[in-house]
Amino acid sequence: MRHDHLITSKQLSRADIEAILDRAAEIDADRAAVADRHAGSLLGLLFFEPSTRTKMSFETAMKRLGGDVVDMGSVESSSVKKGETLADTVRVIEGYADALVLRHPKQGAAKMASEYVDVPLLNAGDGAGHHPTQTMLDLYTIRENAGLDDLTIGIMGDLKYGRTVHSLAHALTNFDTRQHFISPESLQLPREVIYDLHQAQDAQVREHETLEDILPSLDVLYVTRIQQERFPDKDEYQKVAGEYQIDKRILEAARDDLTIMHPLPRVDEIAPEIDETEHAAYFEQAHNGVPVRMALLDLLLSKNGGGADE
Amino acid sequence: MSDDHEHHDGNTDHELRVSKIRDGTVIDHVRGGQALNVLAILGIDGSKGEEVSVGMNVPSDRFARKDIVKVEGRELSQDEVDVLTLIAPDATINIVRDYEVVEKHRVERPDVVVGVLSCPNDGCITTGNEPVTSRFDVLEGAVRCSYCETIVREEIAALIDTA
Ligand SMILES: [Zn+2]
Repeated sequence: MRHDHLITSKQLSRADIEAILDRAAEIDADRAAVADRHAGSLLGLLFFEPSTRTKMSFETAMKRLGGDVVDMGSVESSSVKKGETLADTVRVIEGYADALVLRHPKQGAAKMASEYVDVPLLNAGDGAGHHPTQTMLDLYTIRENAGLDDLTIGIMGDLKYGRTVHSLAHALTNFDTRQHFISPESLQLPREVIYDLHQAQDAQVREHETLEDILPSLDVLYVTRIQQERFPDKDEYQKVAGEYQIDKRILEAARDDLTIMHPLPRVDEIAPEIDETEHAAYFEQAHNGVPVRMALLDLLLSKNGGGADE
Repeated sequence: MSDDHEHHDGNTDHELRVSKIRDGTVIDHVRGGQALNVLAILGIDGSKGEEVSVGMNVPSDRFARKDIVKVEGRELSQDEVDVLTLIAPDATINIVRDYEVVEKHRVERPDVVVGVLSCPNDGCITTGNEPVTSRFDVLEGAVRCSYCETIVREEIAALIDTA
């Protein structure tokens, strides 16, 4: 990686992404080989909003590399409650840890925090901003199931607030992909994301309001949750939500090798009857979080002299 | 060019409404109605005793109406000039010493502006109590917060941090 911090998927080139995914595949194939690789290293977990899953995934990844974690605990029990700034918090924890993972409700939090620390900082979600490690595990899963070139992908659901979607869409512009965005009009991609996608060279991007026409051409369908809170009117939500739910009947029009993904948790976007089909890749996707985060930690810690012989 | 020279000589009718200055800066060809925003960008509110003359919506050859700002006793820095381009892309800056225009330049679009605008996004880390200076990348006809990446196309003047 060109930087010691991982703030956004936009900072990663195709070569960077491939290096991360290749390393993850290596680790996935032989976890024992890296079991002691970062013994003695400490990862600082700073979660300013709850995310059990992401936090556990990082914790597992670090421990599987032989390292350990220090956790600032819940915001309620920490000095943050007393009004300490994020800038101060990261400078203090930096003194304990070899790398930091930050989840924060405000957009741009990871970028700002990274300006105050010398140890590598990984953005584990900053408000509606970025979630690049999720993107890496998404890409890993896509590559395993469908490959990353000559790929037609549909990304469906709440595209306005879904930071995983924004990160993924941008990362995919590094590859030969055709991206189709499917959402209700009120939840379309924000103009910032559209701007970035148009800035990216050769990005092939189209927006749709329904899945129907585009479904038969898809290699991958990435589904995200449409939250009821986004709609002032409950009836309006009911009307919209049903159109973006996947079940076996809808999939009759899909290709046999269609891969269905979801960053989880899901509510009812994907019917449980899909789980047992060849299409379902969302649990595999969640499991991929560990080797991918192991690879990221390994690359960042090794670069900073924290690893074994490189 | 003759249009420009006339202003500093102060010998046209409309120019007499704004007094000549001895030493300082004349910011000319500001788009009509933007003069007060120019002062806000420069952090000039009159409270420090600055001597400032403002001409608003005066007739111009180049635009139908333009504003002029003259600041006595102050020469603008390049940073300040850079920032002016956001709201006054066609402005000319004239540095005056002893009643003579000694330097004259057009504003040029900077790549970034730091500490001048405040982010309109409530969810942005720069809008909390963090010790962080606002920073915007300048795009074609827009600015973009370097932290939360919000793009603002219209109403840039409304973001000017006058606190
Ligand atoms: Zn911002």
